[in-house]
Amino acid sequence: MADTASHRMRAATPYWLCTPGLILLAVLLAVPMLMTFLLSFNAYSDTAGIIHSWSLANYAEILTDPYFASIFLRTLRVALVTTLACTLIGVPEAYIISRLKPRWRSLCLVVVLGPLLVSVVVRTLGWQILLARTGLINQVLVGIGALPHPVDLLFTETGMDIAMTHVMVPYMVLAVWTSIRQIDPRTEQAAHSLGANGFTTFRRVVLPQIVPGILSGSIIVFSLTASSFATPELIGGRREKVAATTIYDQFLTTLNWPEGAAIACLLIASIMIIVFAWNRLLERRYAAAAA
Amino acid sequence: MSRVSVFERLFHAAFLVFILAPLVVVALVAFTPAGYISFPVHGASLRWFYAILNHPDFISSFELSIELALLSSVLATLIMLPLALAIGRYWFAGRDAILSFAMSPLTIPPIVLGVALLRFFALFQIQGTFIGLVLAHMVVVMPYVLRMLLAGVAGLDRTVERAAISLGASTFTTFRRITLPMLLAGLAGGFILAFTASFDELTVTIFVSSPQNTPLSVALFNYISQTVDPLVASVSVIIMAITTALLILLDRLYGVDRLFGGSK
Repeated sequence: MADTASHRMRAATPYWLCTPGLILLAVLLAVPMLMTFLLSFNAYSDTAGIIHSWSLANYAEILTDPYFASIFLRTLRVALVTTLACTLIGVPEAYIISRLKPRWRSLCLVVVLGPLLVSVVVRTLGWQILLARTGLINQVLVGIGALPHPVDLLFTETGMDIAMTHVMVPYMVLAVWTSIRQIDPRTEQAAHSLGANGFTTFRRVVLPQIVPGILSGSIIVFSLTASSFATPELIGGRREKVAATTIYDQFLTTLNWPEGAAIACLLIASIMIIVFAWNRLLERRYAAAAA
Repeated sequence: MSRVSVFERLFHAAFLVFILAPLVVVALVAFTPAGYISFPVHGASLRWFYAILNHPDFISSFELSIELALLSSVLATLIMLPLALAIGRYWFAGRDAILSFAMSPLTIPPIVLGVALLRFFALFQIQGTFIGLVLAHMVVVMPYVLRMLLAGVAGLDRTVERAAISLGASTFTTFRRITLPMLLAGLAGGFILAFTASFDELTVTIFVSSPQNTPLSVALFNYISQTVDPLVASVSVIIMAITTALLILLDRLYGVDRLFGGSK
């Protein structure tokens, strides 16, 4: 009897160990998220504040108003351009880093991945200074004669694309580098000994093996960009609003919390749908290519 | 391994310039003797670092950020340690679900987590209080702590613990004298990573802070939204210095290669 009791106690041990963490997460994560979802069905008036009614009015307004459509389209555009740019520069960079001498490789990894730990406000500040009308980029471009006069980069979507690419590209390098490390170097050596040049080796031997890394990297970059707040707010400002900065305004400026909550729910839902569809599409293609 | 061609070297150099340019520019502007931001920077001065001393709001925000990062990281580590032990050493029904739930703050967009916590805290009227900030930051840093602790638990040699038990040590003594010391690197790594994440966090924090309780990241963000002058650059350099120091410490304790190379 005593044996079964102690056995049962031991079987319960992992659950006891998890209890404090689970309670905290339930109270501070699950409940607030659920409440935000419910909030999105409430109504709001300037005089009465939040009205506890239940309707889909917020969703109907967001989905039919061209103003919100333009915001969601801009969010999607910036996320796609950033993902594409990160793939185009991050994948070759990861491949180059992987072939450097070990000492250089560690140093370059720290330089490329280190910014992930530096506050995004600081990184964005750097781009605010660089992109300004009198900033370094305009000075250089005008100086070498590429531009007749300085152009506006701050508070434009192009500026946002550039800064977002800088903030996000370490994630792509990280994902691709992790998958390059798993490649058997003999496959590359074999390609070389059979007479393939560097580019052919990369395209025909390395690239097919790192597709999973590129895929996970692009999903991380896309979803983080689509929901990012600090860089779009500081670089895009009032003029180029995206979903996250609109949520911020609804909650802290106009105080229309129900509508802000509805935008938040739509943002999460769209990111999940796009990432899921993307995953399915590429998985099928990849499976077809491998077969 | 194929040789890196000249074209690739040029690409690599351009990439590193792209990565470092904004950070270098901030560092240069911080040391400008001029009263405004201008390029190129002529000469060097510390006037904008002294200027921080005339902004007591930045200094109190800095102190608040340190307290907030310390407290939320310690509490998150204490709560995640038993969970990491359970997940790392036991197989039980619901283990994978619990793990994904505990890691989920990483996958929820901070902007959504921020408004959710604002809504929740408003009900209990702890919105904008220090307690609210600590609770919010605990949620944000918990996945980082858990990831480092799980790596630590996976590296534990269980034979040492069995030896302790067979020599008559109680479960608690074994935990305190054997398990905990062996987990020290994971605990310290998790704590440092959590501290950095808390210190840098902006998007969730902006919703749960208030004019009375403004951490440094929010204070800097608010200031930059109004004007960009060399003062924010000098504050940024101090933030970068702290991050770099923590990164070096983490590297000594844990190895940056392992930190970034681990499963994501």
